[in-house]
Amino acid sequence: MNVIEASGLGRRYGGTWALRECTVAIPAGHVAALVGPNGAGKTTLLNLAAGLTAPSAGHVTVLGGQPAGSPMALDGIAFVAQDTPMYKNLSARDMLHLTRNLNRRFDQQYAESRLGELGIPLKRRAGKLSGGQQAQLALTLALARRPRLLVLDEPMAMLDPIARHDFMASVMMAMAADGVSIVLSSHVLAELERVADYLILMSRGRVQLAGEVDDLLASHRLLTGPAAEADRYAERLSVVHASRGEAQAHLLVRATADEPVPSGWEAHPVGLEELALAYLREPTTVLPGPDRARRRPLRSENGERTEAAK
Amino acid sequence: MTALSVPARPEEDVSLRPVPWQRMGWVTWRQHRATLAWVVVFLGVLAVLLYLAGRQLYSAHAAALAACQSASSPPCPGAIIAFNGTNGFLANGFMLQAIPPLIGAFVGAPLLARELETGTFRYAWTQGFGPWRWALAKLVPLAVLLATAAGVFSLMLDWYYQPYFVAANQNLSLTEYTPFFPGLFDLRGIGFAAWTLVAFAIGALVGTLIRRVVPAIAAALVAYAGLAFATSLWLRPAYMTPMVTSSVNVPGSAWVMSQWWTKGGKFAFSGWPPERLFAQYCPQGPPVAVGPGGKPKQVGLAECLTPHGYTQWTAYQPASRFWAFQWIEGGWLLVLSAVLIAVTVWLVRRRAT
Repeated sequence: MNVIEASGLGRRYGGTWALRECTVAIPAGHVAALVGPNGAGKTTLLNLAAGLTAPSAGHVTVLGGQPAGSPMALDGIAFVAQDTPMYKNLSARDMLHLTRNLNRRFDQQYAESRLGELGIPLKRRAGKLSGGQQAQLALTLALARRPRLLVLDEPMAMLDPIARHDFMASVMMAMAADGVSIVLSSHVLAELERVADYLILMSRGRVQLAGEVDDLLASHRLLTGPAAEADRYAERLSVVHASRGEAQAHLLVRATADEPVPSGWEAHPVGLEELALAYLREPTTVLPGPDRARRRPLRSENGERTEAAK
Repeated sequence: MTALSVPARPEEDVSLRPVPWQRMGWVTWRQHRATLAWVVVFLGVLAVLLYLAGRQLYSAHAAALAACQSASSPPCPGAIIAFNGTNGFLANGFMLQAIPPLIGAFVGAPLLARELETGTFRYAWTQGFGPWRWALAKLVPLAVLLATAAGVFSLMLDWYYQPYFVAANQNLSLTEYTPFFPGLFDLRGIGFAAWTLVAFAIGALVGTLIRRVVPAIAAALVAYAGLAFATSLWLRPAYMTPMVTSSVNVPGSAWVMSQWWTKGGKFAFSGWPPERLFAQYCPQGPPVAVGPGGKPKQVGLAECLTPHGYTQWTAYQPASRFWAFQWIEGGWLLVLSAVLIAVTVWLVRRRAT
């Protein structure tokens, strides 16, 4: 099952396309990171999936084929929007009560004890809570709905490092305990690197790269060799990003580990951040399509990932 | 840190039953009770002031009627001036016309505009209840509550203005208004509630379109004013075909729409006669033309012209049509409000944001 599946999806605001020709399939059971610079279209994609915006082109389904924004979709997705909007004049208790009334499922006891553990007073108004507490309150409201998919849009933008750590720990806990699928966006890859096992890179309104982190790392290599030979060699490869020094050139290419390397060249595995940066530096490079997500061979969850992700 | 585990999700329902409507009752009440309280306090204070002002008006009216039982009694002219001057700023009703747009726009415009402006719609519209049902479950109860509050308040207005509708006023030179008077017609009957309702619906729609609270309130007030003026000037006179009479004694409670003269079955002139005719048939000068309440008294003119074959015709709406006019106006305002609310809900559903 794909938790989010888009084909040819586009959204135009006035004359500008915030998102275009987006074709992507995010499978269930992952922590999927949507990464890209500001203005890449991450929020637009998430808003479309949450049913907050209607597409200008193409279509998007969620939770295995439900139209975005349909009753079934709304029931199964908990969406925590950017800056965690809440009614500032309502108390945390009122926000719980509000959310309970607006949903078919709501675990009041879980929500209350979670806020108790976090030291968030139920009587305090949402507007008077710190940024970290507001984010935790929003996450609590979302988790107490017991969603099948949790969507977090830039959840950590407002948080200090400790609050970020706590927040991500809570998210991972929910993932482990409930098997909820998670899609979260950020413009900082570093904060997602440890938790995400599925990556979607976006820039300039397009999806550049999408796939399981393991697959992506396994299908890219960093080749280092004499600068003089770089151009001739590069013609035969699919180069993502090339950087040349006086003597040595570095080519980040799409190639598996078993592909032969000419003499004088060395192949190294790439790290996730290195890979993402290479793509983001070349915004016009658009690589694998969404088919990969479906056709991907089953593989064990560990493998070289631990080593590659440091 | 969080040792508490997330509870297991219950079996997925095969048939998805929507969240029941009544659950939104608490939500709407919790989020708008403060606004509703302000409306009730605002109208309550006005009602008390109106009651105090009304007692003055009623006693001035009673004093004038008592003093003028014989027209020659010395206190009569003073009592008439006293009644006509009592609460003069309220007399024509125009100030109170501001109440429906103020209530309607200040409650209606922020309803969705604030959600859109502060971003809380991203919370509200992604809950299981569903955005369009959420919008409907807020708009309809609030519309009903506001219209009810306005309707109750308009009973107070109706009471206040009664002294101006007494038939004996005209002969005593006391201020008398036709119930169709533009400043008073929609303060009474069902008009007041209907105009409050339409102001709320306009506010909700422009708030959804403009997405900012303050500009939305301003736009709602402008749109309301345009609608109210257009209704008063063009629509209301056309609700029913006016009655036409050649009698010169049209009652002061009637809404005179036009007057014209004929001679020998042919149209001669409308309104005031041409100078030439006037000089020919009324050489004594113009008749005393202004009666109580500023209405021209055409009786004098008729005395000059009727003997020469002229007939005066008056097109008017009799006061007995007041309720018919109220139902017509209330009816189309109700339909318009329903359409505006439906469009608002449709915009939310279409996710035009």
